[in-house]
Amino acid sequence: MTTGVDLGVPSTQAIRSDEDVVRVRQLVRTTAVAVRLSLVDQTKLVTAASELARNTLIYGGGGSAEVSTVSDGRRRGVRIVFADEGPGIPDLDLALTDGYTTGGGLGLGLSGARRLVDDFDIWTAVGEGTRITITKWSR
Amino acid sequence: MERVPILKIGDILLVSIQVDMSDQTAIQLQEDLAERIVATGCHGVIIDITALDIVDSFVGRMLSTIASISKVLDAETVVVGMRPAVAITLVELGLSLNGIRTALNVERGMELIAASRADEWDEAADDEGTETTATA
Repeated sequence: MTTGVDLGVPSTQAIRSDEDVVRVRQLVRTTAVAVRLSLVDQTKLVTAASELARNTLIYGGGGSAEVSTVSDGRRRGVRIVFADEGPGIPDLDLALTDGYTTGGGLGLGLSGARRLVDDFDIWTAVGEGTRITITKWSR
Repeated sequence: MERVPILKIGDILLVSIQVDMSDQTAIQLQEDLAERIVATGCHGVIIDITALDIVDSFVGRMLSTIASISKVLDAETVVVGMRPAVAITLVELGLSLNGIRTALNVERGMELIAASRADEWDEAADDEGTETTATA
């Protein structure tokens, strides 16, 4: 479930290359510092973003990351939406299993990223694409 | 693409990663290191990740791969300088850096490599000793 109010204008970073994955990490880091996430939470969020940005590039054939700051009245947080128009994920449960991979990686990207954030929401449709929304809240 | 420099100090190759590496840069480093190990005959590789603010599954896998490659080429790899927040995140991500030796800093890493080379020398000497006794 996605809750909270958007604060300010989101920044969007296209994900078309390796270098763009680096740019996503930098954008997320800057935003996480701005909402004063703790150092450990910044690190977890940037790591999760790195995994998901790479997935968007490799499996989704490229797409974008939209980074925004949100608030639920009590806490502030960072929300990132990764969207691609790739092939989609046929078996979501399987894709969220530790160690499962179709891309020759370690199979920790999706499942690991989910563990590192507070809210994790995924929409996918075969032939249409995938959209993953993650949020990390300040404590 | 940026390239990570590899320094040779005595019998050790030192890599201090100072940039936010793209995946291509990480793969290039893997290849460069393998070539330098063979070209120099060094027996130790120290990878300093003090400046890295994250290690994701790709970089984690690269570190494991470098450790395996250098082992095959008769060199030992030690990863040094991991930040506490990075260690916490790695564990939660589910990444166990299999086969990787770690040390807190470059100095300890160098000691670790020197100590394990000394152990190997001792073992080699012991083996020879046994053979001599057997033939005698």
